[in-house]
Order: sequence, then C-alpha cells, then structure tokens
Amino acid sequence: MKTIYFDNNATTKVTDEVLEEMKPFFCKLYGNPSSMHTFGGQISRNICHAREQVADLLGCDHGEIILTSCGTESDNTAIKGTLAAQPNKRKVITTRVEHPAVLTVCRDLENHGYTIVELGVDKKGNLDLAELEEQLDDNTALVTIMYANNETGVIFPVEKIADIVKSKNAVFHTDAVQAVGKLPLNLSKSHIDLLSLSGHKLHAPKGVGALYVRKGTRLQPFMLGGHQEAGKRAGTENVPGIVGLGKACELAAKNIKNENEMVRHLRDKLESAILQSCPDCIINGDKKNRLPNTTNISFEFIEGEAILLMLDKYGICASSGSACTSGSLEPSHVLRAMGVPFTAAHGSIRFSLSRYNTEKEVDYTIEIMPKIVNRLRELSPFVGR
Amino acid sequence: MWDYTDKVKEHFFNPHNVGEIEDPDGIGEVGSLACGDALKLTFKLDQNGKIKDAKFKTFGCASAIATSSVLTDMLKGLTIEQAAKITNKDIADYLGGLPEQKMHCSVMGREALEAAIENYRTGGKKKHELEGKVVCTCFGVTENEIKRVIRDNNLTTIEQVTNYCKAGGGCGGCKGEIEKIIESIQGEKAGQILEAAPRWAGRLTNIQKIQLIQQTINEQIRPALRAHGGNIELIDVEDNKVIVAFRGMCAQCMLAEFTMKDLVEAKLKEFVSDEIFVEEYEDSTKQPHNHKG
Repeated sequence: MKTIYFDNNATTKVTDEVLEEMKPFFCKLYGNPSSMHTFGGQISRNICHAREQVADLLGCDHGEIILTSCGTESDNTAIKGTLAAQPNKRKVITTRVEHPAVLTVCRDLENHGYTIVELGVDKKGNLDLAELEEQLDDNTALVTIMYANNETGVIFPVEKIADIVKSKNAVFHTDAVQAVGKLPLNLSKSHIDLLSLSGHKLHAPKGVGALYVRKGTRLQPFMLGGHQEAGKRAGTENVPGIVGLGKACELAAKNIKNENEMVRHLRDKLESAILQSCPDCIINGDKKNRLPNTTNISFEFIEGEAILLMLDKYGICASSGSACTSGSLEPSHVLRAMGVPFTAAHGSIRFSLSRYNTEKEVDYTIEIMPKIVNRLRELSPFVGR
Repeated sequence: MWDYTDKVKEHFFNPHNVGEIEDPDGIGEVGSLACGDALKLTFKLDQNGKIKDAKFKTFGCASAIATSSVLTDMLKGLTIEQAAKITNKDIADYLGGLPEQKMHCSVMGREALEAAIENYRTGGKKKHELEGKVVCTCFGVTENEIKRVIRDNNLTTIEQVTNYCKAGGGCGGCKGEIEKIIESIQGEKAGQILEAAPRWAGRLTNIQKIQLIQQTINEQIRPALRAHGGNIELIDVEDNKVIVAFRGMCAQCMLAEFTMKDLVEAKLKEFVSDEIFVEEYEDSTKQPHNHKG
C-alpha cells in the first residue's frame, strides 16, 4: 500500500538532493571541525557555507545564526538565555496557543518567580494586539509569540508585534518552526530579535535547527562546555545535519513561491471537497490568514483517533487535536483557547501538505474521507437525534 | 501510536452489534460529546430471562468502539445476574488487554451496562448518574466510582486512577484527594488504615519552609487556579505569614477571599504546617487582567 503523507507539520521527507549533500560527511569527511589538522579543520568551511545558506533564506547576516539540535533547543535557548541576560526584569508575555516547546518553558519559569502573561486568541485564532500593548511594561523582559500555528496554520502579525515590543524596549522572540520555508522572510528589515527554526520541518533531517539572534541582542548561552558557535552553543557540530539544513534552506529559498502556489491549490481542493461531501464540518482557524499547506477540520459527532485509524488503514497519514491521540484527556490546548467547543475539538483532523503531495493523492483522499465519516457516524449515538 | 491488540483492531474495523434495539428491556447511557466518549447500550431478554440481543452506539476512539463491540458479544446468553458481575477488567481481558491510558474505555462499558441493568430492574433512569460526592469536577467523577475502579483493578497510583476513570485528568486540582482515597483503600486491604504521613516532621529551616511552600503552591494550588484562568504568585514569607498575589481571573474574582482562605491556606496548612496563615499582597488588586474571555 502506498503511503499518502499529509502530516508535514509533524515532520517532512528529506529531499534527495539534501541527502546527497550530506552523504560524504558520514564516512569520508568525518573529521571534527574544531581539529587543528586539515582533515577535520577544513570541514568548518562546510559549516560556514551552510550557515550562509540559512542566513540567505532568512534575509540576515550569517553571523546572526546559531546552529542547534532542534527547534525545541532554539526555543529554550532564546527564552532562558534572554532572561538570564536581564536578571532585573521578571515578566514574560506569550500566548495560550504556543507550541509546548515555548509554553511549557514559560510555565516552568512561573515556578522560578517569573510572572507569565498568556495572551488569548479569538474564535479564528487571531491575537488582540491592544491586549499585548496593555500588558507590555518596564518589567517585561521577553515577548515570545509564534509565527504560525502548528495545529491550525494561523499566522500571527509578528512584524507588527516586533515593532510594538521594540517600542517598549523588551526582547521579541518568535518560534517560526512552521513558517520558515513556507513564508518569505526578510529579517534585515524586521525588529524580530530572536527566531527559532527546525530542519526537519523543511525537508532537512531531524536533529538540526537554528536560532537567529539579531546583532546586539544579549543572550546567555544555554549549552556550556565548548567554544563552538562562537561560544554561544557548545557541543560538537552535527556536521551532516548542518550541511543538510543548509541545502534545504537553499532549495526552500529558490522554490518557495512556486511550491506554495501548488501546495495551496492542493490544500484548497482537499478542504473544499471534504466540506462539500461531509456535512457538519467546521474549519478551525482564520481561512484568510493561514499557512498555505495546513487545514484543520472538525467533524462533528465523531472522534479524531477513530478517524485517524481509519485513514491509516488506507495509508493516509494525518493528525488530530483529539484528547485520545495524545494520551491526555483533554483536547488540543490551541482549539480550546480558540473556544472551539469540546465536541468539535474531539473530532478535529489536521492535514498538512508539502511539495511532495500530488493531485492524485488529494483525489484519493477526497474519495475516502466521506466513507470514513459516514461509517463512524453510523456508530455514533449523537447522529440522528 | 497506540499499541492495540489484534482483537481491538478487529472489533474497531468490524464492530459487532451496532445499532439500537427497538423496544428494549434495558437502556444504558454514559458519557457525553464533551467528555470525548459516550456509549448507548440496549438489550432485550428472551422468555427465559437471558439476554437475547444487545446493541451499541458509541462516540469515541478505537478502543471505545472495540470495548462496546465486545461487551455486546459478551452479554449474549447471560442472565441479568451474570451480566451484573462483569467488571471493566473482564472486558479489557476479553480484548487481550488495552493500553493503560485507554482503560477508562472499559470502565465506560461497565458503567453503561450497570445503567442498562438498573433501567431494566427499576424502569428508572437510563443515564449513568452521579451518586455520592463528586471528587473530579472536570470529568464529573464521584468518590464511589474512584473507589470502585481502585478495588476492581487494584490500582495504587493517581496516574492509574486517571487512566481508568479520568479523575484528575483535567485541572489536576483533585489529585490530593485521589491520593487519600487510594491510601484509604489500599490500607483497608492490608488490614490497616494508613494515616496520611505528615509531610512535615520536626522543625523546618526557613529555607526548607519556603521551598515547601513554593512546592505546595506549584503542585497543589496553581493547577486548580490555572484551570479557571487564574494564577498565584508567592510574594514573601514572614514567619508563618505567607503573602501571595492573585493574577488573572483570580485577581478580579469576587470570591478571591473565599478562594484564598479555602484553598491556599488549607493546602499550606495540610502540606507545610498548621500554623501557616495567608495574606493577600496589597497591590495585587491593581494587576491588569491576564486573559480576555
């Protein structure tokens, strides 16, 4: 059975060209870039090149990129490093819909005497910037707000937010793990101070990420024990991963526009066909203000895990905000923050596409989806009441 | 991905006895859309008083559907007395086991069965209703129900209780109470009533006391406030006076005094020392609102 992969916000396929770039760095060019001998030392040039490729995609200087092991590490470094550099300020502003890599870190800070403000969102998943302005004060060390939401794809106006935060002299970090490679960025013209990205969300391998740190932003290192990354992130470099990340960024920069048009077309086709063939469905998130690859649909009266397992039987991979899929008992914190009723949140399914999806795959899913929904609704005690 | 047995998958993909019996002898309903799972069970008896047919309709995940399907299979041919003896463990065993976090599905099956039998016997309520004191307000789980799953399945931890009947899986504010129920039952079983071990033995240094206060706030108090959009901050400790500030919804709450006296002080007395008393930080009323809506 062929796999149809519609879970690209979870992780993506490594592009063949990316893999080819990485290959020599396992068995041939395996030296340590910190070594004095040529065999190892020469590899620092490859890292330098990769750093430039990442910087080109972000529109920043290569000296502003710290290479890390993943998006979560980038987020942790940004948040804890910023606070450690400003010990006199004790307040952090974030949102209720952040990824756990940010939200859990912030809630933990609360246990260490920090005041955390979590901004709410409206029904469509959008922020109220007036509320942010109201909350920003002299005690605010950091504002951390995601670029685009992983569950709904809703995009926050981070450039505007960055301007507001800048005017109050606080530091602004954005978790852009879902945005990099999907939305065009130019950090040289932005007031964003820190930005996290993750390799495996843009067709690079798992285990590599980056943190953009604008020149002049004070940050204490999170990982100690070596001089790598100009002393900002200790640890021997994941050379193949970094080379892969560089190549993936280069490809993303080159193809972002064409690919997004193609992906948006497929997403829109899938979404509108499902809405038409399955009654009692709701789109979660602002339709006009979304990543081009993501759709989050709630199917009333049925439960997400059951839908996923049925899809799985047909080789279709998706994800759900239902409680049952996570092992917790409550549905997605993002959907709850948006005020999506529990009933709809339990039946939510996220399809997230990539450039590797085809029209044929979308057509097949469009054909399968109503069968699954009808089958499960036949079982449901809430249908036909 | 859940590790479901072949039997669970078989009953999920091809469930038996789907539907509703017309003019049934017993109807049992449990759960709701909001809870994430719900089951409606109907059965009919033959002239000998044995269950001739049983059908179900279920909203829920794969294990909820599989549990309902096997339950209806198990019921056929049983007398009411035999059916009444089915435990959630019997249902789970019939499926070759369920992942620990899914055990509450088997409990839902047993609850629906109980409600259906009750409906048959008395002609009364079809819904599984709450009896006794509600411990977990997030999921509406009573003390009786918690005791029952602990006894039936020999549970020893709060996490297990959450997996089996959902209690404690929302805001977490009732975890302390669940712990006490577990202690009382497991103590009963061993033929001895365990007294809640005092957390505070001997004299605490100031540093220990403050740490214990902070820990109690983090683990016992904040989760419950957070569930209602509020928060608490420890400002200072002077001897036995604990000064706290309420944030978010709590700061605006007309019942702030009630919440503080009732929850914070009681918890601190319980976990730190009987002599603790709580005062609200003066400036906290001027704090802006954390959340909108």
